[in-house]
Amino acid sequence: MPQVIGVPKENATGEKRVATVPEVVEKLIKLGFKVAVQSGAGDAANFSDDVYRAAGAEIVADAAALWANSDIVFKVRGPSTEEVGLLRNGGTLISFIWPAQNPELMQQLAARKATVLAIDALPRVLSRAQKMDALTSQAGVAGYRAVIEAANAFGRFFNGQITAAGKVPPAKVFIAGAGVAGLAAIGTAAGLGAIVRANDTRAEVADQVASLGGEFVKVDYEEEGSGGGGYAKVMSEGFQHAQREMYAKQAREVDIIITTALIPGKPAPKLITAEMVKSMKPGSVIVDMAAEQGGNCELTEPGQAVVKHGVTIIGYTDLVSRLAKQSSTLYSTNLFRLAEELCKSKDGIINVNMEDDAIRGLTVIKDGAVTWPAPPIKLAVPPAAAKSVVAVPAAKKGHGHGGGAPMAGGKLAIMFAVAAVMFWFIGANAPGAFLGHFTVFVLACFVGYMVVWNVTPALHTPLMSVTNAISSIIVIGALVQIAPPLLTDSGLSRPDEMIRWLAVAGIALTAINMFGGFAVTQRMLAMFRK
Amino acid sequence: MSASLVTVAYIGATILFILSLGGLSNPETSRRGNLYGMIGMTIAVLATVLGPRVTAAGIPWIIGAMVAGGGIGLYLARTVQMTQMPELVAFMHSLVGLAAVVVGYASYVDPTSTLNITSAEKAIHEMEVYIGVLIGAVTLSGSVIAFGKLSGKIGGKPLLLPARHWLNLLGLLVVIWFGREFLHAETVAQGMTPLIVMTVIALLFGIHMVMAIGGADMPVVVSMLNSYSGWAAAATGFMLSNDLLIVIGALVGSSGAILSYIMCQAMNRNFISVIAGGFGGGAPAKAASGDAAAPVGEVVPISASETAELLRDAKSVVIVPGYGMAVAQAQHTVNEITKFLRDKGVNVRFGIHPVAGRMPGHMNVLLAEAKVPYDIVMEMDEINDDFPATDVAMVIGANDIVNPAAQEDPSSPIAGMPVLEVWKAKTSIVMKRSMASGYAGVDNPLFYKENNRMLFGDAKKMLDEVLVALKT
Repeated sequence: MPQVIGVPKENATGEKRVATVPEVVEKLIKLGFKVAVQSGAGDAANFSDDVYRAAGAEIVADAAALWANSDIVFKVRGPSTEEVGLLRNGGTLISFIWPAQNPELMQQLAARKATVLAIDALPRVLSRAQKMDALTSQAGVAGYRAVIEAANAFGRFFNGQITAAGKVPPAKVFIAGAGVAGLAAIGTAAGLGAIVRANDTRAEVADQVASLGGEFVKVDYEEEGSGGGGYAKVMSEGFQHAQREMYAKQAREVDIIITTALIPGKPAPKLITAEMVKSMKPGSVIVDMAAEQGGNCELTEPGQAVVKHGVTIIGYTDLVSRLAKQSSTLYSTNLFRLAEELCKSKDGIINVNMEDDAIRGLTVIKDGAVTWPAPPIKLAVPPAAAKSVVAVPAAKKGHGHGGGAPMAGGKLAIMFAVAAVMFWFIGANAPGAFLGHFTVFVLACFVGYMVVWNVTPALHTPLMSVTNAISSIIVIGALVQIAPPLLTDSGLSRPDEMIRWLAVAGIALTAINMFGGFAVTQRMLAMFRK
Repeated sequence: MSASLVTVAYIGATILFILSLGGLSNPETSRRGNLYGMIGMTIAVLATVLGPRVTAAGIPWIIGAMVAGGGIGLYLARTVQMTQMPELVAFMHSLVGLAAVVVGYASYVDPTSTLNITSAEKAIHEMEVYIGVLIGAVTLSGSVIAFGKLSGKIGGKPLLLPARHWLNLLGLLVVIWFGREFLHAETVAQGMTPLIVMTVIALLFGIHMVMAIGGADMPVVVSMLNSYSGWAAAATGFMLSNDLLIVIGALVGSSGAILSYIMCQAMNRNFISVIAGGFGGGAPAKAASGDAAAPVGEVVPISASETAELLRDAKSVVIVPGYGMAVAQAQHTVNEITKFLRDKGVNVRFGIHPVAGRMPGHMNVLLAEAKVPYDIVMEMDEINDDFPATDVAMVIGANDIVNPAAQEDPSSPIAGMPVLEVWKAKTSIVMKRSMASGYAGVDNPLFYKENNRMLFGDAKKMLDEVLVALKT
């Protein structure tokens, strides 16, 4: 018996999103589930009941009936008290919950013996969890929309232009906080052609800012601000002072400020003071994405766009809902990925596997028992990564004169000692004629060593074929044997015939090598071109 | 031509040969380097033929042999496919080895070569003959086996005889024993038996040595045989008291040795353990540890049109070719794709691992053949730092050289081997025929990474589809 996924209409004011879009309905049905959608659930996000019906969902007119029939409920916002009352005893709910901020809601849900997966409790450090990360997908939408709102309120072009009617300077945008929303805003603003600057207390995001076309503005104070899990932490007084000075400077220079600074479980830090707003050029725009948590700007009025000191301050708290179709699509894909993880057998029955790190983190209530907060995840990766950092420099340096570090003194001494003994042995025993050749041999080895290290790796194959060709110099050995001047006084009988044939064979073999080797090297080298 | 003139000519030839190798330091000068080599060879041969040690009677024979051999050589050089270069090089090494054996025998049966010299010098000469033939024979049989393995006529799996190290040691002792016999022989006929026995043992040793080496280690083997062919020439030089041969032999020998060393470093392998063999087959102990560290995650396949989509949207692409590209003969399609993307302003580059392919520099030659400009073909060290800023890293028929386990898993058999860090790119696409592991027999966690996509199928066919999708 497949389980039924219910998608009620969101009834929070201003909420236009829907937890499941028709495209995802099809995919959920393929996973084996049945999907029921409340009539009108997708209207605000431009998904009509008909489209849902076409995708295979059952349309239920009434919220109570939908909740009663659903084994699993997909929602965007956490349920209201009435909705908790509608939730079936022992049912499953997947939505944003914010368990730390909503302890009463948690108790109510626990009382219903429910199993609740809070999409906001996802352990974001798991790379596997990225596909389910709704905070990220929604923040990205919000960041995009923030720039669009700013552009709407701003009286000029974003991109610089030189037109017949004169020169237009590009807009300067400053983005405070380079989290997901901030990065999306940077990318969007840069895409519109603005000059984008950004700042974040976490220094490691500087590269990401640059990669999206922004310029990272440093605070002139040394302190590390990464608070774990991809959030920032509260900074010291000295840092905050330096930071304020930097913001004040930016406020005087830029046309648009977008603030995204949030610290989990705390009111948003006040980054932009009334003084700074006053110092901005008339017609400038501030978009305060932290308005819901009190705002990063002192003059923000949550939910409103106001004009103060000639600066438009936008404090909308529903930026995501203002792009409902996009945010719903992304959110429902996140939920679908989660459904896949929950239903690996693809039979339409979920299995809340508490052994799985990702699912353990998401599950805040299991069968009425509060399981939040989840124990921290033991990550196996960082130690290995640290190890590789140590190992790599040692193994690197594939090319160059010998290995990286000079040889240890003791080892070198042993090598010299061995070489000395060998040379002494040869010098004591070998006749003079041999020593002459031996000198040549040893020196040639060194010349070869010096010359070959300079060969570029790209030419290793031609190097081999050319050395192969010149090693057919061995032909000289055969040449001098084929018909040496006769030594009449020796009286020795020389097996001329046999030697000649051996020599002829030797010449022919090396000739193949000689001509073939040089010719093929020539052919190869001719192909290397710029 | 007097003996002194010949010597001077030999010095000139030596200088030209050294310049020839030096010229290869840069593609610009490499063509001139090859020309120096040819001139040097011509001078050396002409000086010898016209010199006092060759009489007019021999000249027809020399011309005949040269023409016959040269014709075959030129024909081979003209017709060989660039993907078959490793085979050709191995084949040619075997010829040098055979020539060294032949010259050694001829020198031994020639009484004039030991005329008017003291007994100590005679002993040295005979020792040189013995060693020359030994190295020549090992080169010969080793190269023949390498040729067979490279051309697929012999399986790539290493053949591991039980107690193989003891067998080799026994062979060495027998060779030394017969060497003593050989030096004590009174007449040529007496010495012939030990010489022949030693040759046979040396041949067997060469076969055994290369048979025990797995396919992934072939670049080392090919460069090692290159080195041997040089030492064989040097030994012949000692035998004939000819400095030119000694110098060239030493040049070639040390060049091959350095190449082998570079290849071994690139695989983080000990040179001795490669020669001792037994890597590419996946010894039981290693397989067990591989199971323990089985990668987690899912493999995400991708279609050719999606690949084209990714490539089209990318700003920076790095292509990592491997032996699979050579097998599928896909280098021309790769070039077409590269050209198309570059025309659109995409920054396309190639990352070449030192041991990609079956011989040193194999990939560079293939890409050059397909007319990929060499200034976008990068070495591993040059490009590894650029992967984080790369949008798409496309791996074509390579496996072990992009295996993150080499850095992340200290228990992996390839731990510590330098690899191309393709997983640091935003997306990596691996083209492969199946999920089978590479030559090292090690599972590749790259395939299971979040940002990796697998494009299954024959490299040539899939790339053709990608190209078609790109152009529409």
